Parts: sequence; structure tokens; C-alpha cells
Amino acid sequence: DIYLKQMLESSKDSAKLDAMKRIVGMIAKGKNASELFPAVVKNVASKNIEIKKLVYVYLMRYAEEQQDLALLSISTFQRALKDPNQLIRASALRVLSSIRVPIIVPIMMLAIKEASSDLSPYVRKNAAHAIQKLYSLDPEQKEMLIEVIEKLLKDKSTLVAGSVVMAFEEVCPDRIDLIHKNYRKLCNLLVDVEEWGQVVIIHMLTRYARTQFVSPWKDDEVVEEYSENNFYESDEEQKEKDQKVKNTYTMDPDHRLLLRNTKPLLQSRNAAVVMAVAQLYWHLAPKSEAGIVSKSLVRLLHSNREVQYIVLQNIATMSIQRKGMFEPYLKSFYVRSTDPTMIKTLKLEILTNLANEANISTLLREFQTYVRSQDKQFAAATIQAIGRCATNITEVTDTCLNGLVCLLSNRDEIVVAESVVVIKKLLQTQPAHHGEIIKHMAKLLDNITVPVARASILWLIGEYCERVPKIAPDVLRKTAKTFTNEDDLVKLQILNLGAKLYLTNSKQTKLLTQYVLNLGKYDQSYDIRDRTRFIRQLIVPNEKSGALSKYAKKIFLAQKPAPLLESPFKDRDHFQLGTLSHTLNSRATGYLELSDWPKVAPDPSVRNVDVAELAKEWTGILGKTKKEKPTEKFYSESEEDEDESSSTSASGRCLESNLHLPCLKNSIFRTGHYLKRIRKKFKKSQSYVAAPVSVPTKTHELLHRMSGKGLAAHYHFSRQPGIFGDRMVSVQLTVTNTTDQKIENIHIKEKKLPPGMRMHEFNPIECLEPAGSITVSMGIDFCDSAQMASFQLCTKDDYFNVNIQPPVGELLLPVTMSEKDFKKEFAAKTVHSGSLMLVTVELKESSTAQLIINTEKTVIGSVLLRELKPVLSQG
Amino acid sequence: MIHSLFLINASGDIFLEKHWKSVVSRSVCDYFFEAQERASEAENVPPVIPTPHHYLLSVYRHKIFFVAVIQIIISFAQDYFGVCSELMIKDNVVVVYEVLEEMLDNGFPLATESNILKELIKPPTILRTVVNTITGSTNVGDQLPTGQLSVVPWRRTGVKYTNNEAYFDVIEEIDAIIDKSGSTITAEIQGVIDACVKLTGMPDLTLSFMNPRLLDDVSFHPCVRFKRWESERILSFIPPDGNFRLLSYHVSAQNLVAIPVYVKHNISFRDSSSLGRFEITVGPKQTMGKTVEGVMVTSQMPKGVLNMTLTPSQGTHIFDPVTKLLSWDVGKINPQKLPSLKGSVSLQAGASKPDENPTINLQFKIQQLAISGLKVNRLDMYGEKYKPFKGIKYMTKAGKFQVRT
Repeated sequence: DIYLKQMLESSKDSAKLDAMKRIVGMIAKGKNASELFPAVVKNVASKNIEIKKLVYVYLMRYAEEQQDLALLSISTFQRALKDPNQLIRASALRVLSSIRVPIIVPIMMLAIKEASSDLSPYVRKNAAHAIQKLYSLDPEQKEMLIEVIEKLLKDKSTLVAGSVVMAFEEVCPDRIDLIHKNYRKLCNLLVDVEEWGQVVIIHMLTRYARTQFVSPWKDDEVVEEYSENNFYESDEEQKEKDQKVKNTYTMDPDHRLLLRNTKPLLQSRNAAVVMAVAQLYWHLAPKSEAGIVSKSLVRLLHSNREVQYIVLQNIATMSIQRKGMFEPYLKSFYVRSTDPTMIKTLKLEILTNLANEANISTLLREFQTYVRSQDKQFAAATIQAIGRCATNITEVTDTCLNGLVCLLSNRDEIVVAESVVVIKKLLQTQPAHHGEIIKHMAKLLDNITVPVARASILWLIGEYCERVPKIAPDVLRKTAKTFTNEDDLVKLQILNLGAKLYLTNSKQTKLLTQYVLNLGKYDQSYDIRDRTRFIRQLIVPNEKSGALSKYAKKIFLAQKPAPLLESPFKDRDHFQLGTLSHTLNSRATGYLELSDWPKVAPDPSVRNVDVAELAKEWTGILGKTKKEKPTEKFYSESEEDEDESSSTSASGRCLESNLHLPCLKNSIFRTGHYLKRIRKKFKKSQSYVAAPVSVPTKTHELLHRMSGKGLAAHYHFSRQPGIFGDRMVSVQLTVTNTTDQKIENIHIKEKKLPPGMRMHEFNPIECLEPAGSITVSMGIDFCDSAQMASFQLCTKDDYFNVNIQPPVGELLLPVTMSEKDFKKEFAAKTVHSGSLMLVTVELKESSTAQLIINTEKTVIGSVLLRELKPVLSQG
Repeated sequence: MIHSLFLINASGDIFLEKHWKSVVSRSVCDYFFEAQERASEAENVPPVIPTPHHYLLSVYRHKIFFVAVIQIIISFAQDYFGVCSELMIKDNVVVVYEVLEEMLDNGFPLATESNILKELIKPPTILRTVVNTITGSTNVGDQLPTGQLSVVPWRRTGVKYTNNEAYFDVIEEIDAIIDKSGSTITAEIQGVIDACVKLTGMPDLTLSFMNPRLLDDVSFHPCVRFKRWESERILSFIPPDGNFRLLSYHVSAQNLVAIPVYVKHNISFRDSSSLGRFEITVGPKQTMGKTVEGVMVTSQMPKGVLNMTLTPSQGTHIFDPVTKLLSWDVGKINPQKLPSLKGSVSLQAGASKPDENPTINLQFKIQQLAISGLKVNRLDMYGEKYKPFKGIKYMTKAGKFQVRT
């Protein structure tokens, strides 16, 4: 230790680093290194980042034990919180919040507040993590922390979303009201959030949805519940209620949004995400849709045993209620001899749940293999399973019973014992068929040697002796003969049988019973001597026997409740699937209850987001983050461009122009935020651009034959989907030779394009005959601007400067939308970036109309507005 | 959320512990040891164990128990160090510790994408160790990985290679249960496409299949654009740098699955004698003309078996009289001369004839064949100018392949 201390105090970084590595090694092995605290803490301000990190590791481990000394390091962290490097700011916050020293609570609170409005989303993410840590250190900070959570929930970064929802779940899971305004955003962000964040968000949204939407489950199930719960209600009332349910149910669009946006996540490579989506569908989707999760869950069965274990448990619970979901995958649950026992038993459980009239014969054949398994614990479980199938499916009860009876001759004791137990249970639940099977079992008694099995058969005969009046006394006679050689267990049951027969059929069996009782009286086992004495007092009347003997028959032959054969997973669905509580089948600490569907849905408008408010925030937050955001965006899905677009809107501000016109009352040009709603609407169709409805024949002149020395060129916009790339506008160029000589090698050169603009040239035209004309196509990416594309059109020995300027309409592609929507608005997207543009014309009274163009592209938007106005005014 | 992590080796020593919140005494592992004692085999230890104050989650990999932890950590270890063994972890304690620290904050996963972790804490290599000693630089990155903030968190920026190459391995595993008479009870194909992509810059790749309809159920690396797959059945993605699993898929039991090998067996015990007969032959079937290699037969014999006297026509075999496990390393199958293993089984004196014949587990490999028939059509690259070198390999393996006898 002294040596280590010296190393830490040395001036060389390498020595310090070496010392720190050894210390961390000690911590990892669980050795105490707390004595070095003062020496280590001095290095917290080290310039060497690796030493610093190791000191952090040390601090987090020991600060709680050495609070006073830990305070020495605080000022370093406070300084680091202001560092220009976001990584350093973030790690300072992490360590500061991980030091569990109550005195610094106010400092932590302040740090979290500041970090929550940091420019870097990574730092904000860490702020969200710090919230939970501070809460567990000092729950009294709750109110203040909720304020921070509320603020962070509004964050648009996918990085922050998962972490802040986690904090929400830990600190204030009951504050559902904080979610309302962020619900749609969370749904839309979900795909892009990192995997672990997705899991947390999905679980939270499941709970949220169960409080906000009405049940989508079909009426028949609802009716069932009613008849169970409210059986006292008159039929009419019930009918009324059913009617109501039937008539009013349409799924809330927000409910649908959640289901739709989580579905692609079933394809995630992360088992936890798949499981989370599966439970969401189970708890929220209409019953007809829940089936889509089965395939993905079955896929998870190919992963590790731990994942298999959890997934199988959940499938077990699901398969009880909705067999149909997993029936097609029956064979995927077949057991392999190499599976661990717990996996085998779970698979067996599922197979049993899935058994029905159609597949039972295949299943029983499969079970036969399992019964012979070397894993006897599993074989025993299989016998139980056969018993359950036998009770559930009446067609096969007899087959099962026969099969089980055969098993009674098995050499393995566990198998025999289990079979007998199951047969016993089966007979008790099916009092009608007793006679035959009991007779059969009585016959088997001669061959079976296993005591448990013999004892069970004797119990059965005794219990139902009145149904086999001829056989029972004979069995007693046979066993009386072998009494002395029997196992204790069997002896007890012989006594039992004797007693029951004495009470029901004393004429035939009185002597036999007395003989057996005498044998028992002198048995070596005191247990048997005791039992003998007890039975004799009860059944044989004499002067000493008390009032009890009158009730002997009632005592011995009382109706015994039949044991229930049901799945151990029957009641597990009380717990939300995929939770620890579900796995353990008991409430774990921190379990959050999933509420029942509300009878009447709460006001759905709480989720509407106020446009103006949003815009303000966006300009606020995103304007700042802009610098640190990578401006490239190749990962198309909507959300990222939204972020980007809002940064443009931040710079361009909201353009809102109220114009007064004779016909158009005013025209408003709004930016980004409003598009969110539309984007959602077009999410499906977005990638598909509708085919052009009309293609203009109007051609524009590129080069007049006079100035082109006989070479003329015209172009027109063909509105074909870009052949040279998605972002290109296709242009068809017709070149005509008006001279009387050949023109050779027509090509493009010297392109002068504004930044960002690209052009796909046509292949050089080798030769154009006199009076000939040829049409070629080319593509230009105008980069969503109305700027000119200038280039030179060259021939073999001449060149001409030309340029193409696109009308703004050619920069837009129509987007398909429903007819209903179309009556009100028209949507398009720009060719280059795919930004949506929405044009709405609203007719107002007194022949005025309002024209609104919503877009992120301010320039195009205003040009379009300018061009549309006169056109519409004329019409 | 995860409170603490303990790594326990096969002999029950805790050789690493890490705490994310307050320190939990290692005595909590006693509950785990109890459960371990109750379970006959390591893999029978329940994954979740409730204790009065905590819940223990255990994961068993490479003969090490990771108590209270998630699986992803193991895959990171393999990624970082190539292997995951006790020795490796002990040797690299500090790096492991630093990585664990980065992965979870307060027990909640912070960054688990290995590309990002590699940028935060650079994996140790011999070269870097040498460089570090000379220059005094460190393994710890001081810049926030660009991935964390970008739209493509799985890819680092500024990747550079002199040789640009992209390799894809289509690997299919057959899970099957074959019954006594040789007919298939259930068979499924579980396939993956593993990629090794070393391309400069930000390449945008598309991979298309000749027969994408074969894929019944797929799961993707987050880089794959789901919508494109939905609409066109084309995999379009910006790949992570290095090795990664692009796709795993499933060809279900409903489709007819070709079974490439068969096993002829004759295993019998008699009631009267303590000697039983044992004879198995392995042969190819539906292999599309490819060689079956790396064949390995294992079988768990019943408890009553004392010893086995066997002669193989090729390869080597071992019978372990303690665990009763028979394994026969066959090697390649020559269709002209089928490998067989014949001999007798002696039972323990007085032991009765086993109820059930042992099941036979089979392992094999077939190169250059994807048994489902899946074929990659083409791979295209956009977004970068250079021409990459492209390669694709197919392989079929046995997954859980069992023959009941």
C-alpha cells in the first residue's frame, strides 16, 4: 500500500497510471482499497484522461464511505461541467451524480438543471440518468426533478428519449399527464431510439395506452366478462350495454399510431425489444391482430437458454388464453433431449396448452417419446401433461387412461408414482366411468410391485368400493394373504380398504377385516400398530368407543374434492407480460400495475400539440443544437429530417405573410411544424410518389437556331420518375440540326452549377444529320432551389452558353392522398430532399379564399405562393 | 436495473465484481451457489433467483456465470478480445472495468453498440500496447464518438482502408428431430448473414436475393432500412465498420426442409444378457453433390451402461464411462464408403435393460451450400467512388440435429 501511495504521489504519469490500474484491479476482485482514498483523490484533476477515468471509477466506489474526503473532488467536477468538450461535461455529471454524498444534493440538483438545457444531446441524456440517481439519494427532491423530467420529455433528440422515460418510470410513473403532449412524438421517434431505450418506452406506452383508450377487444369476450361480473343485472340491461360497446367502438387514431409504429420493431435483433413489442400487442392490440407477434417470439427460441426461458414463460401464459396464436408453430415446441430441464418442462407446458381435438393424437405420440426420457423429472412432468390433456379433451380420455395404465408397469418408480397419481386424479374428476378402469387396475395389482402404485390402487378400490362390490372384497382377500410381506405404505392402504369395506359390506368382509386388523396390531412398525388401533376403535362398536363411531362411515367415505388439473400459468396474466413479476409469478418491488381499460376514453384532445408553442420550442432547442448536429442526413426516415428542417426554420424563422387580395383573403406560409401531422398521414405513402396526372407539352427554348449557328435545342420537363437518381428532375432535350451539314459530337461541357446542384449529362450525340432531330434525356438535381443550371452545349468545333431554369412546380412531386383529404388540400414533396409541401385552399364567405402553403423550404414556398395566387384568382 | 455484476468461474470463485449503485455485499451470491448446488448441471441453474432484497439474474457462457447481468456484455467481450475466458478477463481487468462503466449508467444501458464502445475505449492490441509505452498515449478516447450523435450510430466516421472489401457469409443451421424410422418430425432452418465490411467512408449498400420469398421471418441489424425491405425485398443499408450480423432469418417448419444426412442405427439391449448391440452408419442424402464434412456424432448413453467396445470404420471415438457420453469424430463422409461404428455395449451387473435407446446428436458442415436454396443476387454500392472487392460464401451446418432411436 505504501508503495502504491508513493507511486500515486510520483510526478510521472506512467507511475500513477500503473498504480491506478492496480487499484482498480483490487476493486474488481473485491479487495478493500479505501485506505488509499486521500492519495487517489488528489489525482482527480490530472491532465491525463486515462488516469482521470480510473480515478472516477475509484471515486464512485468509495465516495460513499469517505464523504468528507470526497468533497475535495467536487470543485473539479464543477469546473469540468463547464468544459467545452461535451464528453468531459457528460462524464463529470455522471461521476458527480454517482457520488452518493447527501451534502452535495443541492450541487447535483443545480448541475442537472443546467445540463438539461445543454446544447449537446449526449449531456442531456446524462442529465436524465442523473435524475434517477439523485432521486434515490434524496427522494425529497421529487418535485424539482419532475420539472426537469417534464422539460426533457419535450426533447426531440432520440438520444434523450429512452433515458428520460426511464427517469419518468422511476420518479413519477403516475404522472401520466406529463406524457399526453409527448405521446405522438414518442411514438414517432421510437424506431430511431437505441434498443434499450425502445424497451423502456414501449413498456411505458403500454401502461399509458391502457389508461387512455377504450378496449379494442371484441364484444364476445366483453360479454363473457359481463356475465361473470354482473350476473345480477337483468338481461335487458346487459344487452343495452353490449349494444353500446358494439356501436361505439372505433379505435382512437393515437392507439393505432402506437400499434403501427411498434410493429417494425418485431424485426429487431434485440430479444428484449421483440419481447416488449409482443407484450404491447398482447395487452393493447385487437385480438385479431395480436397473432402477428407469434412468429417473432418463436424466432427467439433459437437464442440462449436464458432468453428461451423467459420467452417460453410468456408464450405459456399467452397460449392458455389464445391457443390459436401458437397452434401453427406447434412443432417448434417439440422437446430435444439436450434441452435443459427447465426448458423442457416449459415447452411441455405449452404443448399441453395447445392440445386440441385435431392435434392430440400427434401430440400423444410425441409424449410417448418423452415419457421414456432418461430425464425422469421430465418424464414425470409428461405424465402430468397427459393427465391434463385427458381431462381437457374428452375424446382422448380413454386413450390417455389406457396409456397411463400401461405406464404403471414401468420400471422407474417416479414414472409409476406419477402415473398412479394422475390416474387417481382422472378417476376423481370423472366419476361416471369408474367401474371399468378400477376393475382393470385391480387386475393389474397382481403384477405391479412398486409400493406407491399398489397403495394408490388400493386407495382407489377402497374409495369406490361400492361401485365394484364384487371385486373389492376379493382384493382385500388377496392382499390380506400377502399383508406381512407388503411395504408399510401398502399395509396402511390395506387397513384403509378393510375399514371402508367393513363399513359398507360388513357381511362379506367382517372376518377378513378383523384378520387384517389383527395382523396390523402386531406389526413391527408402530405407525401401522397406531393406525390399526385407531381404525378398530372407530369401526368396531364396543362399550368403550365414543360418539365418533356413529359417524365412522361419514368420516371414511366422505366426498373428497377432486384435485384440479390445471396449468401453473393460469393466473399469471395478472402481471404484465415480459416483466420480472410475471417470471416469478409474484409482485416484484417496483412493479407498475397495468390498469384495466377505462369504460369511457378520457379526452383525446389532451394529446394535441399546440403549434405555436412547438414552433417556439423548436427554434429554441434546435437552433442551439444545430451546430453540433451532423448536417448530413442519409438515414432517411422522417424524424431526422424533421430535426434538420426545424433548424432551417430556425434560421429562416416562421414566414407568415398576411396578404389581402380581392379574392384570396390572406395567404399564409407556414414552416415545418405543421407538417408533422401530415407527415404522419403520409408515412405509408410517402416513399411512393404518385404518377404524374398531366404532363405539360410546353417546351422551353434552350438555344435558338440563330444564335446556335443552325443548332437548335428545346427542352421540356417529362415528369418521369428520375431515371438517373431519386433527386434528379428529368429533362428531355430535343436537338435539331437546321443546317445542311452534319453536326458532330454534341455534348455538354463547362457546367457552372450553384453548390449542391448536380447534373447527369446525356451521352454525347456522335452525329446529327441535316434536318435531323434527336431527343435525349438528362437529369438535373436542382437541390430544391429555383436557381439556374448553366452549362455549355458543345459541338465538334463550337460551343454555346445555355441555361435551364426550372419553374417551381417542376421541383415538386405529387404525393398520393385519400380523396377526402384531397378536397381540402394538396400535397407534394420536393424532388431533392423529399420535404413535404402542403397546399390548402379554404373557401371563405363572400367569395374569398385562404391559401395556405406549409413547407420547410421557405424559398420554394414563397415562389409557389406567388405563382399560385394569380392562377387561382383567375379561376 | 442492474445493481451489481459478479463473474463466477466454474469452481465457484468470484473473480470480478462491479457495482453501479451502492455496493452490494458479495455474500448475495450465496443464494446463487445454493441454487447451483440444487441443480444437477450448470445449465439447469434457474436464470432468475429471487432473494429477500434483490433478484439475481444469471447468464452462463463459456463456463463463466455472469450473475445479475445481461447477455450483451458477453458478446462485447468476444468482440473486444476475440475470446471470452476467465484468463482473458483477469488479464484485462482494467479495460473490462472501463467498458462496463461506459456501458451502463446507474444500471441502465448507456451504450452497447460495440462500434461506439470501441471508440470510447480502444480495444487492446499488441501493437497499441507497444505504441502506448513509447508515446505515453492512452486507450481512452477523449472525443465523444461521432456515432453517438449521428443518425447512423453504428458507424464511425472517417473510416479509411487501402483495400476496400465486403464479405458476406450466408450460414444456415438445420434444427431437426428425426424419428426412429428416419422420417422427419420437425425441421427448421435458422440462417444468418454475417458480414465483414471494410469500406472507406460512408458507403451505402444494397443486397438483393434471387428468391427473397424464402425468408419467412427476419430480424435485422438496425442499419437495415426496414421500409425498403417491406416494399421491395431488398436489403439497403449503411454498414457498420468491421464484423457484424446483418440479418438472421428463419425458414419455418411448414416449408419442406431438405435433410442432408441420414443415420442408420441398430441399438438393442436384451433383458437376459448384459451385452447390447450398437451399430450406426452415417450417410449423405440431398446434399446437392457437396461433401459433408466435420461430422461429429454424440450420444448420451443410459445410466446403466458400463462400457462400450466399438470399432469405427473411420475417425476416432471416445466413451466417457463417468458421464456416459459417447462421441465419435467422423470427419468427411465418403459416399462410396460410408462411415460406420459397430460393437457391443456392456451393462452394469444387475442393471435392468434401459427403457429408452439413446438419442443421437449430429454435427456436420457443408461448404458452398445454403440448404434452403437462398441465393444472393447482387451487391451494389452507392455513395462512394471506389470499386470494392466483394465476396460471398455459403455454408450449411447442423444446429440442434437429433435422431431418436
